[in-house]
Amino acid sequence: MEHTSFPPLSRVAICGGTHGNELSGVYIVKEMQKQKVEKIGSVSVISVLSNPPAIDVCRRYTETDLNRCFSDAKLSSTLTDSAAYEMRRAHELNAQLGPKGGEKAVDLIIDLHNTTSNMGVCLILSYLDWLTLHICKYIQTKMTSAPVTVMQLNDSNADGYSLDMLGKHGFAIEVGPQPHGVLRADIFNMMKRTLDFTTDWLQEFNDGHIFEGGEVETYSFLRSVDYPRDASGQITAAIHPQLQDKDFTLLQPGDPMFLSFSGETVKYEGEPVYPMFVNECAYYEKKIAFHLAEKITLKVPSISVKN
Amino acid sequence: VAARLDEARRVAIFGGTHGNEMSGVMLVNLWVQNNTEVQRKGVEVQPFITNPKAVEKCTRYVDTDLNRAFTPENLSTLGGGDLPYEVRRAQEINRMFGPKGSPEAYDVIFDLHNTTSNMGCTLLLESSKDHFNLQMMNYIQKSIFPASCLVLLNEHPLLKYSTSRSVAKHPVGLEVGPQPQGVLRSNIFESMRDILKHALDFIELFNAGMEFPPCTVEVFRLSERIDYPRDDNGNIIAMVHPNLQDCDWEPLNPGDPMFQTFDGKTIHYQGSGTVYPTFINEAAYYEKQQAFATTRRESLVASAIRKA
Repeated sequence: MEHTSFPPLSRVAICGGTHGNELSGVYIVKEMQKQKVEKIGSVSVISVLSNPPAIDVCRRYTETDLNRCFSDAKLSSTLTDSAAYEMRRAHELNAQLGPKGGEKAVDLIIDLHNTTSNMGVCLILSYLDWLTLHICKYIQTKMTSAPVTVMQLNDSNADGYSLDMLGKHGFAIEVGPQPHGVLRADIFNMMKRTLDFTTDWLQEFNDGHIFEGGEVETYSFLRSVDYPRDASGQITAAIHPQLQDKDFTLLQPGDPMFLSFSGETVKYEGEPVYPMFVNECAYYEKKIAFHLAEKITLKVPSISVKN
Repeated sequence: VAARLDEARRVAIFGGTHGNEMSGVMLVNLWVQNNTEVQRKGVEVQPFITNPKAVEKCTRYVDTDLNRAFTPENLSTLGGGDLPYEVRRAQEINRMFGPKGSPEAYDVIFDLHNTTSNMGCTLLLESSKDHFNLQMMNYIQKSIFPASCLVLLNEHPLLKYSTSRSVAKHPVGLEVGPQPQGVLRSNIFESMRDILKHALDFIELFNAGMEFPPCTVEVFRLSERIDYPRDDNGNIIAMVHPNLQDCDWEPLNPGDPMFQTFDGKTIHYQGSGTVYPTFINEAAYYEKQQAFATTRRESLVASAIRKA
């Protein structure tokens, strides 16, 4: 593959509290703001509390999920008086960190999230980008204390709905399991280290280091599975104990998926797949018990900064 | 000589006192639709969702914590529609299942809760002199062995609070964790279901005339609330230390790590003796200024009991 170069990454945004009850990111950003961190090495850093009212009441959002507001369609819509707070905030963030797809957008957005699912450290890419894939590859080699997985959502730029879409490059750092509204030191420490490795990489990149090409194993989103429900929409089963906490462990046909309240096991039928976001609290209302993914190994070219 | 106690004829099972504690919400919804599983001979068992508005929004409470709302002031105050939702609800529940402190009150109320803390199965006791409850808890512990179920006693004059179950003559709290708010974990759900099964079996046996001989019950008596270290603006400046996180019920000795600041420094426990921490890093307690609670181990002797 041909070597690829990118312009220097001089402006980076670190966002926390995009969901107000995902506390690692909230406290990492609050600390950065308290310590007035504006530069890390050669990189100027903007630290952002994405959804302050949701943070204040320690809820995911106040009216609508902020992290679904950044598609091209939503960002170009005219805001009416009755527009949800998060829609207005998305437009504000687009002006501050973007505009999405524009020349003035920040070079990189790192959006900090937690999940109730047992996903460890998971780096989420909305779309494929050699630069962010290299950051992921670097973090994977450096984090020896915990496995790091890479997830790709396969969104087109236009449809990409998450906050990290605003920057020229972007990705989310998702760490779990952690209950929403809880701040665990071990999870905080893991997220902090992941962020530190990211800024280390940015330094090296800007300094001219050539990052060798290679392979990155990713989990590519296929589809979601909902809970079994009754006629009135009530859940009638829980994630089976043998699937609970088994994110990124192969799920084969015949494996237990759900255990109903009346004691029946519902089994998985289909091709072997990898479950992720198993029993994420926020997804009950989105009618998602878990996502399914296939493992895809991607080849990345060598990259370096363009001078 | 066995103490003669009244039959426990009227029993309620409360779920959704906190609307995002899912085991109780789902169990009670199940039993409201079909109560076969909770029926016992000689007992009237009523499953009941105490805070439906909070359940609907999947939030702990709407205006104020229902499980702190059953104070004498709240239960007697006038004000109708102006009162916070949970205060009105407390008055309604007191009418239906109480009045608290009167002979007409329900005999037993089980209140189903979950916690984000790693407390396993815990039974919550409000009085060290409730021999009926002590015998029930002993029966449950023996029945589920080798699985375990600890007893947390909150009789502390300043730290005790007016729970929804306190409307009954024999209030029993069931607290099972760890489970995130808003999440339903199968193992947690089934554990709670199993404990209730044994609790109801005990009541059926008692009402049928069985005598329960004296027994010793080990309890953890609530001693102190410890808050997070905070700055002058009230912001948290440290987290529960990784060595303490998930170590509910394990001894905490003076000098042991307790908190970790955001820049990695350790703050140590400075108490005068060994304590047993519980409710470590419960999500709902950040706003109540509690990182964890300390308890002391104690053995209580329950007298023999028998139906009057």
